[in-house]
Order: sequence, then structure tokens, then C-alpha cells
Amino acid sequence: MRYFNEPAETMPVSRIRQMQSEKLVKQVQHVYEHCAPYRKKMDEKGVKPEDIHGIEDLHKLPFISKDDLREEYPRGFLAVPQKDCVRIQSTSGTTGRRVVAFYTQHDVDLWEECCARAIVAAGGTNEDVVQVSYGYGLFTGGPGLNGGSHKLGCLTLPMSSGNTDRQIQFMMDLGATILCCTPSYAAYLGESLKERGIKPEENPLKVGIFGAEPWTEEMRRSIEETLGIKAYDIYGLTETSGPGVSFECQEQQGMHINEDHFIAEIIDPETGEVLPEGSKGELVFTSLDKEAFPLLRYRTRDICILSRKKCSCGRTFIRMTKPMGRSDDMLIIRGVNVFPSQIETVLLKEGYSPNYQIVVDREKNNDTFDILVEMDEETFSDTVSNITAREKALVAAMRAMLGIGPAVHLVAPHTIQRSEGKAVRVIDKRKLVTDSQWKG
Amino acid sequence: MALNQLSVFVDNTPGALSDIAEVLANAGINLRALSIADTERFGILRMIVSDNRMAISVLKGKGYIVKETEVVGVKIGDAPGKMAAALKVLDLAGINLEYLYAFCARTERHAYLVIRVADNQKAEEVLTGAGFHMISDADVAKL
Repeated sequence: MRYFNEPAETMPVSRIRQMQSEKLVKQVQHVYEHCAPYRKKMDEKGVKPEDIHGIEDLHKLPFISKDDLREEYPRGFLAVPQKDCVRIQSTSGTTGRRVVAFYTQHDVDLWEECCARAIVAAGGTNEDVVQVSYGYGLFTGGPGLNGGSHKLGCLTLPMSSGNTDRQIQFMMDLGATILCCTPSYAAYLGESLKERGIKPEENPLKVGIFGAEPWTEEMRRSIEETLGIKAYDIYGLTETSGPGVSFECQEQQGMHINEDHFIAEIIDPETGEVLPEGSKGELVFTSLDKEAFPLLRYRTRDICILSRKKCSCGRTFIRMTKPMGRSDDMLIIRGVNVFPSQIETVLLKEGYSPNYQIVVDREKNNDTFDILVEMDEETFSDTVSNITAREKALVAAMRAMLGIGPAVHLVAPHTIQRSEGKAVRVIDKRKLVTDSQWKG
Repeated sequence: MALNQLSVFVDNTPGALSDIAEVLANAGINLRALSIADTERFGILRMIVSDNRMAISVLKGKGYIVKETEVVGVKIGDAPGKMAAALKVLDLAGINLEYLYAFCARTERHAYLVIRVADNQKAEEVLTGAGFHMISDADVAKL
């Protein structure tokens, strides 16, 4: 089984554009008619639905930001009568008000198909046993992959996050072949299996589908090694339905965007100008088929690059790189731009597990910058001098990468706070910026 | 015939040491000697215990990082000047100590030094040459 929906996933690019144009015209009419805040935005910009004839007119439409959604909490962007909805999901709201996303049955079906496509692209078939260890509930991770796995006809283990002993027991006893969770939880499960003396080849897993938080290529290799699997990336946001907006195929060279349902654009985050294919910029999504929460030109804040280059898997959908950072969760520490992904790269290169936490604070008008890093058996030593030497070496490596030197603190395993299975990577006490929205 | 020490990383938080003590107690492990290296943020607990295999297994099961390290165990007389004599031997041989701790036996009139140096073999050679006896895990188990 190579595709879940071959006609859609392999249609010629010209047909994709034509389909997107037709759907966009209809969607703009639907949104203008039923979504008051967006109608207001369009009116302010002087754009009418009849000005939109196809995707070439997309740039005329106003953007939607997360702040817009928060201001309209809870129902402002709801575009169908509430009685037609069957589900909500929500962001965690750690940076402010939650965003509530509504779904009709049609929207749920569409989302689940996107997740089913992701599982097939990673090599899954209906004979697989899928262990879903993303959180269930308002968070989209669990429900999304659970639905995709059902749709494909796999035996689905709705484990949710946490309770590592039970995760391992069910994985081993029921022969889970596909693991879906956050990359940090996958790394943690890998360590836990190792601690229990279970070798990578002794667990039944073949494939992992990981998303919901940023992870690096080095982290992928490390997870693949500790779990003895192939690890695939999946991307999405609550605002656009959840995981499955884009997914990796077996090439592991970027994520195919489900272009029959979404239009992707890359813009300059400063000016809002649309950038040509191949440029690095902020990813913007337009939902073409969603009924209840149909966002047009939603700014994801994720920085990435799109590529139309032909993929050997046969899918014609455009590919996006893994997000390289956030246009808003970039930390500015002592005037220097710091991305958590840079810190992760250094840690993996220096032989540490990617379990870390950045703590930024301000004392006497100066930024303090601390990184907590979990030690393991290889990095622990019985002498204080070895541990402090290791800390110093990490500070030097961080300074070389970032341009500023953090204080590095080695801590005991499993001490870094995790929420919904996601490691809490950044604590900025100057202003809370930890964001748990679904991000690749 | 070596002496093996266990070291455990301990976060500098209230109750951290008590948790470890409880884990060992529940497994019926007897502590022969211990020392703690403390810094502002963490500690390293070093121990000579009655059963290394069991101690490692129960501590790892609780998520601790445990390391087994070969150290030098020296038997000395339980009298003034005996430790000084042993250390003098190492000093003369130019051997630098990483750390050291000591314990007395209940029944015998002996004390024991647990010494961590960069080169165990050399330390053992010079101490044996000066008439000291080394102790091993097996000796500790008999105490």
C-alpha cells in the first residue's frame, strides 16, 4: 500500500492548482457570509468575495493571527451553526487565552483522512498495531492519530501520554508496530526501554510518527537508533485541524502538505509579502474544505521553506521543511537571537540526551540564561571535577553556537518538567512564552 | 579482587538522600561506608555496600543514575598515625588523591580507607610495597 488516497495524493500539479482555485472561491464566499470577524477584515481591506477568482488572488486576502482568534474567543470564527458541530479541540492556552477550534463531522472526516495518509506514507497498512501515546482530550495529537489509525483500519491502542510502565507493557504484549507521540516522549520511552534492559531489536516497533514540538535531524537519528525504528515527522496546528496537515513520506525529505485541503504560502514575517518557492519565511495556511473553523491565510509563526521538487514517492503535494524556528518563540537573550533548536543540536553533538530546559530571567537589568540538561549513565561521573568539566565544555560549545554563554547545569534524569508528554523547553520568567500549540 | 564503589547523582532537594536510603533499606542493602560530595546544586553520593548488583538494580529501577567505579581499598590499623602513614606513601609516589573516605570495622581493630586516584594500579603497588593490605568486595562482604 503506497497511498491512502492515490488519486488525490498523486494528481498533477496543474490539477491541484485548478482544484485549489475552485475551492478557494467557494470558501471565501462561505467565510465572508458566515464569519463576522473575517468579513470585517475583508471590508477594512476593501476586498469582496467577487474579487477572488482563484489562487492568483489569494494575496489580496487579509491574514488571520493567533491574536485575532484569541480576541474572538470562543465562537467568533465559528462559521456554521453550533448545532452542526460535533467536536471541539483547543490549544493549551499557556501564552494567553485558549483558541477553541470547532469541527463538523465533515471536518473530522477530513482531518482523520489526513492522518491516515500520514500513517500510510510512513509505511503503515491496516495490519499495523498503532500505539497512540499523544495526549488525548483537548490536545489534537491523540484524537487526530487515533482517528487516522481507525480510518486506515489498524488496531489502535489509545494509550494517551504518561504511565511509562503501562506504555511499555502494552507495546510489548500487544506488539505495537507504529508509535505516535511527541519526539521528546519517544526519546524518553527509548531511554526507559534501555533502563529495563530491552534492546532496540527486542521491541516490536517498526515506525514512529512524531510531531507537536520542534525536533532536529540529530534527534531523529538518536530516536531511530534507541528504538530501532524509522522516525517520521508530522505537522499541523489546532487552528488548521491538528496533525496531518503535512507529513513525511519514506524519503524523509520534508513533509508533503495535503494540498487538496490546504494552500500553503511563505511570507516575509515583517512585511507580509508573499515570497517565491524556495524562500525561507513564515508559513501561512488557508483551509479549503473546513466548514466550522475555516481559517483563511492563518499565520502559523513557523519559519520554513517550501519545495515543489519532484519526490520519488510519487506524491505531487508540495513539501515543507521541518520548521526551523518560530517567528515569535525565538528568544532574545542579552540582545542575541536564540532558537531552542540550536541548543538541541549542540547537546546531541556533545553526546547528551535532548532533554533540556532553558530558563531565562532578568536580574538587575541583565538577562540570566540557564540551561538544564539531564545526565545519563554515560555522562555521569563519580567526581565533582569531571561533572564541572563537562558543564564547562558544554558552555563553550553553546557559546560557539549561540554567540553567548549560558550557565549549564547537569541534572538527574527525568527531572525536567513535562506537560502532555511534551517537554517544557523554555521558561522565560521575563514573560511567559512557552507555547504548546501543535507545531511540527 | 578489586573494591567497587557505587556513586549516585543526587539533586540538591529536600528528601533526595532520604529517598535513596529508603530504596536501599527496602532491598535489604547494608551500607559499609559512604561519603557525599556536595556542590551548590547537586551532590554525588559514593558508597561501599553489601551487594552492588542488587543496589544497582533497585536504584536504576527508581530512575537514578548509578555508576560502579573501581577504587583502592586499604586496610590500616585503627590507631593514631596509621592513615598519615598510608597517605605518605602515596605522596612520595606523587599520586594525587581525587577523594578519600574511611570506615572502621565493628569487630576487628582495623580501619579502612577508600581512595580514588587516577591510577589505581600504581597506588596499589606502592601501598602494597609499603606493607599495606588491599581489600576487595569479597572482604567487605565478610565484614
